[in-house]
Amino acid sequence: MSATDAYIPQPDTGGPAQPLLIVRALQKHFPVRGGLLGRTQARVQAVDGVSFEVRKGETLGIVGESGCGKSTTAKLLIGLTPKDRGEIIFDGVPLGPDLPLKDLRKGVQMVFQDSYATLNPRLTILASVAFGARVQGLPDPDGLARKMMDRVGLDPDRFAHRYPHELSGGQRQRVNIARALAMSPRLVVLDEAVSALDKSVEAQVLNLLSDLRAEFGLTYIFISHDLNVVRYISDRILVMYLGEVVEVAPVDSIWAEQAHPYTRSLFSAMPSMDPDNRTSEPPLSGDPPNPINPPPGCRFHTRCRFAAEICKAKAPTLAGLPGNAAHMVACHLHDPASGHPKAGQGVPE
Amino acid sequence: MAQTDFAADAPAGRAPVAKPQGYWAGVGARLVRDPITMLCAAVLLMLILAAIFAPFLGLADPYKGSMIARLKPLGTEGHILGTDEQGRDMLARLVHGGRLTLFIGLMPVVLAFFIGSALGIVAGYVGGLTNTIIMRTVDVFFAFPSVLLAIAISGALGAGIVNSLVSLTIVFIPPITRVAEAVTSGVRALDYIDAARATGASAWTVIRVHVIGNVLSPIFVYATSLTSVCMILAAGLSFLGIGVRPPEPEWGLMLNTLRSAIYVDPWLSALPGVMIFVTSLCLNLLSDGLRSAMNVRD
Amino acid sequence: MLTYLVRRLILVLPVAFGVSVICFLLVQIAPGDPLTAIMPVDATAEEQAVMRAAYGLDKPLPVQYAIWIGNLLQGDMGKSIATGRPVASEVFGAVQNSLLLAVSAAIIAFPIGTALGFLAGYFRDTWADRAVTALSITGVSVPNYWLGIVLVIIFSVNLGWLPSMGAGPGGSQSWAWDWAHMRHLILPAVTLAVVPIGIVAHTVRALAGDILTMDFVQALYAKGMSRFDVLRHVARNAAATALSVMGLQLGYLLGGSILIEAVFNWPGSGFLLSNAIFQRDLPLLQGTILVLALFFVTMNLIVDVAQAAIDPRIQRT
Repeated sequence: MSATDAYIPQPDTGGPAQPLLIVRALQKHFPVRGGLLGRTQARVQAVDGVSFEVRKGETLGIVGESGCGKSTTAKLLIGLTPKDRGEIIFDGVPLGPDLPLKDLRKGVQMVFQDSYATLNPRLTILASVAFGARVQGLPDPDGLARKMMDRVGLDPDRFAHRYPHELSGGQRQRVNIARALAMSPRLVVLDEAVSALDKSVEAQVLNLLSDLRAEFGLTYIFISHDLNVVRYISDRILVMYLGEVVEVAPVDSIWAEQAHPYTRSLFSAMPSMDPDNRTSEPPLSGDPPNPINPPPGCRFHTRCRFAAEICKAKAPTLAGLPGNAAHMVACHLHDPASGHPKAGQGVPE
Repeated sequence: MAQTDFAADAPAGRAPVAKPQGYWAGVGARLVRDPITMLCAAVLLMLILAAIFAPFLGLADPYKGSMIARLKPLGTEGHILGTDEQGRDMLARLVHGGRLTLFIGLMPVVLAFFIGSALGIVAGYVGGLTNTIIMRTVDVFFAFPSVLLAIAISGALGAGIVNSLVSLTIVFIPPITRVAEAVTSGVRALDYIDAARATGASAWTVIRVHVIGNVLSPIFVYATSLTSVCMILAAGLSFLGIGVRPPEPEWGLMLNTLRSAIYVDPWLSALPGVMIFVTSLCLNLLSDGLRSAMNVRD
Repeated sequence: MLTYLVRRLILVLPVAFGVSVICFLLVQIAPGDPLTAIMPVDATAEEQAVMRAAYGLDKPLPVQYAIWIGNLLQGDMGKSIATGRPVASEVFGAVQNSLLLAVSAAIIAFPIGTALGFLAGYFRDTWADRAVTALSITGVSVPNYWLGIVLVIIFSVNLGWLPSMGAGPGGSQSWAWDWAHMRHLILPAVTLAVVPIGIVAHTVRALAGDILTMDFVQALYAKGMSRFDVLRHVARNAAATALSVMGLQLGYLLGGSILIEAVFNWPGSGFLLSNAIFQRDLPLLQGTILVLALFFVTMNLIVDVAQAAIDPRIQRT
């Protein structure tokens, strides 16, 4: 029996047209306590009204600066952080009475950024990988764990009884992937899963992830701050800024045209290998505003070169570009009715 | 659902290439290489064994006194360590005295270790209101210096072995709870706990498999550092007359009753204190040795 | 800073409330009827009921607590069953004596402990360090009530230099600042100082050792600063922690001197406490413990605020 036979996901109930995951108006505010009586003084708006869909078999890349709410979104998706508001619909079934959290977690798994903290230092590799299968009551968890280790490129005979501190970063990340796959998930959330690795190891792990996706029919949400990596592995890209979605588009479309001024700055800050392809866009200046008191209107207006009065007053909504409905952006520049002086002309050069 | 033995190793197929070293094997190896710690462990083991097997060591009857053989000095024929104020053999009383003294000196920390760890782990893992209730209650007990709290509770309950155990256990639960809570909150924030929770495991399973193994050694080391204080306090309660009741042999109580003899034979009267001192010193040094062997930082 | 002070003061209130509850419950957990201690053995059931009502013992516990705390806030801690005198005056007289002993012990312990600890931290891993470490482990391991007896054996019994009992000649209960009284203070104060010497030395050793290896100290040397000036910087950095440890130790000294007071018959709060225990004088027991615990809470408060004032790294909001 191979790893493919050991991979027994839950059946596809919604059919191919049903997105695997729909997120609607997801919100998480963290209270900040202080003052004389320790009352809530303010709220960090970590994730504020985030909506998106992930289709079956695709990889959705999520990018943004640190602190934009990428990782919080990931943890909200599998209930590691309880959400304040919003809907999570997995294969047509909303999280709730029909889909308890424990069942959602059978279908969605997460791979964290490699660090000393991703694996329990007191458990052998085998015990860590087999833990989930054992919890879910699957037959022969150790055998399953060995098959998954073998599949991700770790010889079970050599590694099963080792401890995390005896492994390299790349090997540990393979363990993390095996641990997630041993649960036979349909959706894997990869939160900066290759960010801490050396470039050569990163490429190997990315290739492994691509192979696994094809072999097991997986769907990925790939969170990273590295645009090149996201471009390599993703089908669509979602850009977050201060807890909100500012742009979602197929990877080719967004590479051709960054419709949001923030996305454009983000892309221009990326080092390019091609000397002829350097953009002249000035990089972003300053830090993102404090998410405790995000600016009113469009949250990016404090750093946007094209900000107008309307941007301070009214928050733009996410809408498809004219002529390219799959490319969605939340910017007044693209809405002819917004009242922005340059509305409807796209982002000026 | 088979939930037994998460950490159990499956039968190995081929021999592993590199021999993996578990945590406890490393701790053991470091302990064996530490002469002072080993010496202290040996002394304590000797004291404990002597206390357990006291009735079989061919000693004199520790309860049988003699009006004519009172306060015989050290080195007396038949009473190598002399006799006490009622003419009872000192050696027999010191060895037998170890039974109660060690029991009341160590048992409260053992009990407090289990209770305090449980409270602290729950408070640290669950957080929220549960944490607030447990930790604020603990804060109140921290308002009492440990000696005062032990004497207050023992004083109110009255003398007796069980009452001493109860009061000392209450004294040591709050500090252990506080350490357990701090360590657990730290571990709770690590990614492998999130990964374990993401499997759909219950809180109890995550605590059992992933939390306990990683928090217990710092809590344990901290608890061992309390044993010396507990010994001194336990004997101190008896010394004050609110611990073990006469005529039981107990080092603190013996120290008290022999005070009347300090003008007759001062060094004889100090002997029970030497026993308390040696035990407490060994407990402290052993705890220090464990701390460095287990790589626990302050 | 003011906000911090007010906030810290507010945080003390629930702790003080908890302390009062524990002190109140102490009497409740005591075995036997609290009345038996004050009633004659042949009292009739009727007389007992009258007494019970007079002391409020027929009311439910929360009501009893409310009455007790109400009296307490007016400075009325009840009457001692043994002497019939108000508990408050008995306790405060004794606490003064205990405070004298505790402060004397602190005056002995803090400079010695600091000097030893600094020596060990500065000359880390030398014989001096090892000697101090051994000394401080011995200091915290020694049962101080036994050490007191040993000191009595040496200095009172064998050498006859110092008295072994009481706070003054002829069992005098009142303190005076003359040699006749101060001779009585030496042995108990030295005995009481041993544990804090060990603890302070241990803390200061760790602090000095850590700070001396820190980057900023290397930078000071690199800047060409003299050894003495560097030491001054280190001392300032260590002061906040060292002071807080000492402040807490002062609290422990007052609460922990009970055993030493028993050894030396020192007429302090511990002596009072053991009398209260043996005469089953529960109001006196309750009052003494309450006062000592509240003193300890206050010490903690002062230490926290002082530490915040010295150390800018502690958030003062």
